[in-house]
Amino acid sequence: MVTTFHYLMLSAALFTIGVIGVLTRRNIMVILMSIELMMNAVNINLIAFGDRLQQVTGQVFAIFVITVAAAEAAVGLGIVIAMFKNKETMNINEIDLMKW
Amino acid sequence: MLELVLFYIFAAMAVVSAILVITSKNVVHSAAFLGGTLFAVAGIFLTLHAEFLAGVQVIVYVGGILVLFVFVIMLISVERAEHERQYHRQWIIALITSAILIVEISYGFYKGRDSFVLPPAVIPPAVPAAGNSELVGMALYTTYLLPFEIASILLLVAVVGAVVLAKKKTPAEE
Repeated sequence: MVTTFHYLMLSAALFTIGVIGVLTRRNIMVILMSIELMMNAVNINLIAFGDRLQQVTGQVFAIFVITVAAAEAAVGLGIVIAMFKNKETMNINEIDLMKW
Repeated sequence: MLELVLFYIFAAMAVVSAILVITSKNVVHSAAFLGGTLFAVAGIFLTLHAEFLAGVQVIVYVGGILVLFVFVIMLISVERAEHERQYHRQWIIALITSAILIVEISYGFYKGRDSFVLPPAVIPPAVPAAGNSELVGMALYTTYLLPFEIASILLLVAVVGAVVLAKKKTPAEE
């Protein structure tokens, strides 16, 4: 019997993998992909609870999360392209224009 | 029983591809494995009786966001990044912090796992009055109409922002 607990643990695992990706990698593309992983983990949580409570609200909010993820990817990749035009790098250690 | 087997297959697929996403040297491989994770999560949605969301996941994530990622990877050169060091110097601290995070979350879930099981009386009898898409659409266009409109504004702003960020400067602006 698959319970909500199973889905929550899967979501926690995916979220933690995303956190590790954001914290350890130096490639900006992989960092953006890790953020998508975390958003997917959140979606699993929302839908698992929606299924548990027999309500459709969780799915509606998952749609909003997907919307925000699409917007985030569009703007984030736009920033990556703009940055690559200026510095020719995808390494976040070399992108230190605003550090002092 | 079938439910459990399907869950474990999709979960294993999702977690393994997710690990490969953050460990691959080549960004293109990362993108491909991200696709694997997204498809597995769509399967998880199917086991949760969210058929509409599974379709949206495949169409929007795999067909939209992932293709966008691959396009950007195509535009920027990946050869140089492959020969560089892939991880921060702070990776040990990051791993320890993440380990604490997962232990903390798991402990909390494990302690509260009984509260996820609702008494049977609370759950209304599962009468599928309408299809999944119909129910989601009804909720989206009645109760959550205002958030829906705000989300559309957000998408508009994101489209304009992405175009402004990525476009070439005209000679007049320089």
